[in-house]
Amino acid sequence: MKRTLQHGVRFYLQLAFTLLICAFLIVPVILSILAGLTDNFFIGLSSGLTLRWVYQVWDDYQLTIWRSIVIALACLAVTAIVGVPLAYMLARYRGGNSRLARIIEELLMMPVAVPGLATALALIMAYGQYRSFRGSLLFILVGHVLFTLPFMVRPVLAVMQSSQLAVLEEAAASLGATRWQRFFGVVIPNVTSGILAGALMVVTLSIGEFNITWMLHTPLTMTLPVGLADSYASLRLEVGSAYTLIFLLMIIPLLIAMQWVANTTQAKVRL
Amino acid sequence: MTGPISSRPVQRRRASQQHLWLCAAPAMTLFAAFWLLPMLRLVGVGASGPTGAMAYLAVLTNHHYLWSLVSTLLLSAAVTAVTLAISVVVGVFLQRHRIPGKALLMAMLTFPLAFPGVVVGFMVIMLAGRQGLIGALTDKLFGESLVFAYSFTGLFLGYLYFSIPRVILTVIAAAEKLDPALEEAARSLGASPWRVLADVVLPALTPALISSGAICFATSVGAFGTAFTLATNIDVLPMSIYNEFTSYANFSMAAALSIVLGLITWLVLALARSWSGNNGAAA
Repeated sequence: MKRTLQHGVRFYLQLAFTLLICAFLIVPVILSILAGLTDNFFIGLSSGLTLRWVYQVWDDYQLTIWRSIVIALACLAVTAIVGVPLAYMLARYRGGNSRLARIIEELLMMPVAVPGLATALALIMAYGQYRSFRGSLLFILVGHVLFTLPFMVRPVLAVMQSSQLAVLEEAAASLGATRWQRFFGVVIPNVTSGILAGALMVVTLSIGEFNITWMLHTPLTMTLPVGLADSYASLRLEVGSAYTLIFLLMIIPLLIAMQWVANTTQAKVRL
Repeated sequence: MTGPISSRPVQRRRASQQHLWLCAAPAMTLFAAFWLLPMLRLVGVGASGPTGAMAYLAVLTNHHYLWSLVSTLLLSAAVTAVTLAISVVVGVFLQRHRIPGKALLMAMLTFPLAFPGVVVGFMVIMLAGRQGLIGALTDKLFGESLVFAYSFTGLFLGYLYFSIPRVILTVIAAAEKLDPALEEAARSLGASPWRVLADVVLPALTPALISSGAICFATSVGAFGTAFTLATNIDVLPMSIYNEFTSYANFSMAAALSIVLGLITWLVLALARSWSGNNGAAA
């Protein structure tokens, strides 16, 4: 306790450095929010606050926002439907300690380990000739699912490995529960915390995904981050800022929810 | 020889393993159809250009690509080193001291984790662009505005911006597992603060630093959004690939370069994991 009251020079140097790093990360965010709400950022706040730029973005880019939400939810549905059973397989196959399970886990991480540009180019070269698929939101959804799948599988797998699921399931089996009943009556209810953590991660990543989406999008399938890049490149700073503000408003609730899930669940889930 | 008594559980076990295959089938089909096979195709396309498989060597023989590769690797290595240094100082400090508003500081430090590369690029523009903060400040102080968002320094700042939050989280988690008694012992034996850091704290943090450093390096090498937004004329490898693909429609070269890029990031992550014995690929 005494040490915390009498701080040396080193403490204050470290504190100052920490605050500097925080400022480096947060000051541009604040500036961008202000710019999005200022009439003329070059003149400064004295030019007055306005929602004009936000309205302009809403008029011009509204569709990108809806598209991103639709893709994120579809991505969540697909990753949950294929990812949770896969996590179950990885947790159970040969007692959960097989080489094969580790290889599969490793493979699943590849679209995250390899730059999105490579994944996107591969998809274009392999499926680009199917015009209607190439031009649809489905094409982008495929990219997002590849990229986010491990973030659903990993937290679910972690919960499955840490809980006494095998014992519970055996108990249910000895009482005559079918495989189907066991999966939906025992496994799923016990891994909800993992699914929830994974779901938040998947939705957040999907809404913010740019590297893959930029290559896969067409003018008719522009998503929010693609629209952001477009506005940064061609429109005035205030509009880009207002657009960024909308993006921040979308991800902040997700981040708060993620923190809340991490705090409330006992399960050690790595986000 | 297995008798009839012992063979039954084996059979039942096999049946239950079979249903596990069914569980994995949808995800694995999706993965094979949309990632594995397209990647193999990409490898093929990379070798389909006028120079054939030699295209893969072009990254070393063509001095434009080689320069692009070297500058990408140097930039990423510098970003990784600086990020690790910053994160150790800030992470260990935050883990050790109870300071008021710590939760808020932590929130500030981790918030940018969810930003896509394009937004990170825009943050650099807010900071060091033509209408940026640094420009305005230097204009007031020295009568000349300093604009470096679109230079190598801007790119460097952007990469730092998205790397710091990731690494700090890992450092804090690792610092929580350190035994304060060891440092106390070193101090009581007369070790200076620097010696304690170098001989006690850093060795204990090494596995975490290797794995998070590898993630940081791999992310930087593959980062596209930030470089794209800043639209610098510095050709980092992802920008070169993008330009080959869109501006020159040189599909085979773009494919070959992205395979090389993918191999580099994958190799770095795999090596780090085998060194640190940790889950290196957890982003």
